[in-house]
Amino acid sequence: MRFDRRKDLLGLRDVTREEIEVILETAVPMKDIIRRDMKKVPALRGKGIITVFYENSTRTRTSFELAGKYLSADTSNLGVSTSSVQKGESLKDTIKTIEMMGPDVLVMRHPSSGAPHYVARNTGMRVINAGDGINEHPTQALLDMYSIRERKGTLEGLKVAIVGDILHSRVARSNIFGLSKFGCELRVIGPSTLIPPDVEKLGVKTYGNLESGLKGADVINVLRIQRERQHGALFPSIDEYRELYMVTPEHLALAADDAIVLHPGPMNRGIEISTELAESPRCVVNEQVSNGVAVRMAVLYLMLGGGRDEIAG
Amino acid sequence: MEFREKALIMDEAAIRRALTRIAHEINEANKGVDNVALVGIRRRGGPLAHQLASLIESIEGIKPPVGVLDITLYRDDLTALGPAPIVHRTEVDFNITGKIIVLVDDVIFTGRTARAALDALMDIGRPKRIQLAVLIDRGHRELPIKPDFVGKNVPTSRQEIVSVLVEEIDGENKVVIEEIVE
Repeated sequence: MRFDRRKDLLGLRDVTREEIEVILETAVPMKDIIRRDMKKVPALRGKGIITVFYENSTRTRTSFELAGKYLSADTSNLGVSTSSVQKGESLKDTIKTIEMMGPDVLVMRHPSSGAPHYVARNTGMRVINAGDGINEHPTQALLDMYSIRERKGTLEGLKVAIVGDILHSRVARSNIFGLSKFGCELRVIGPSTLIPPDVEKLGVKTYGNLESGLKGADVINVLRIQRERQHGALFPSIDEYRELYMVTPEHLALAADDAIVLHPGPMNRGIEISTELAESPRCVVNEQVSNGVAVRMAVLYLMLGGGRDEIAG
Repeated sequence: MEFREKALIMDEAAIRRALTRIAHEINEANKGVDNVALVGIRRRGGPLAHQLASLIESIEGIKPPVGVLDITLYRDDLTALGPAPIVHRTEVDFNITGKIIVLVDDVIFTGRTARAALDALMDIGRPKRIQLAVLIDRGHRELPIKPDFVGKNVPTSRQEIVSVLVEEIDGENKVVIEEIVE
């Protein structure tokens, strides 16, 4: 197994199955480190990581920062809402300013799809996409894949159903790109207005209701209803959405016997997922958060960590 | 790079004799093995640590606990070239605090692996004492590190490579000197 160093991680679309396997394998010893009393290894000593989030985040930004710190990198955050961005500084100028301060990696979230790609082409820093518009969120999909593999032992051939607002979901897209490389049977479930018209071209089956889509599923990934990304009325009301698409323990009963439930967070309890299901031992949302730190440690290490001398000693 | 076998330094019987002697020395140096645990450095230190533990058991009737240490994240040979080495798990299932830990590796050369292993070990507990056992000492130390137990001293040139083969990984037990084929 090997992972050829890549400059950027912008999406799972162009990442190979072997690269994903190395990331997931590397995350296993990283998770051991998080569980130790002494949560620090010197692997990335002297490396600088900066997080720049043009959209709000609790877990992604914090987990990147902790992942960097556990590997002994120096991490800092540009608070976009308190920065010169508010004075009208352009994205290009902001990034150049950051680059001149010397960090090795820029972890970036932006409401516009493709923004990190633009930045990556125009900077010498490595760029990790922490979510761009409705395009991709690669480390979320990697942590979902890690969480599934940890519970199921494998990804190969699993039936994975993704429920909710597929149209606006970068999490769904990255999951589809990643899981399809492992021969998973992918299903998306949601109101037709929230399912992109060409999604079946990605090798995904679409379902209009939970009952048919969840039958025999090994994994149910429930997406958040993203009210901030819906500018038109794509479904009649939250009440109607809850009525038709809120996943409950009764729905879980339709899935495979040992099916698990994922949610990228933050959860809208009582809208896309019932509180009862969110608290169920089959719901791995808390494990996903820990795994997110481990997977991000793996990505940072593989992109920044040292190569080997020819002769060890 | 290709390698050619230049000389056989130890065969299976010679390795066994050397490890048996080290097992006796560990026992003597620590006045018994009640508080001793072995920790092999990945990869080939792991199987050697297990072999040593079995030999100690046959001498003393007590089998010391065995763990395996992955030191990849503690290495100092950083270069941005080439892929980052694959990280494996550290598997030490016992508390090392207060114990006498014998680190086990196949070859000591520059001493940098042993240095990394000391740091890695210290991050998972506070042993009472750490000792170092190696099958081969090939010289050329770059750090002030000296093994406590040595199977065989082998003078080498820096261009040569000493390879320890173990049954569990390589299918046979032997030690050879190799050189790079131009």
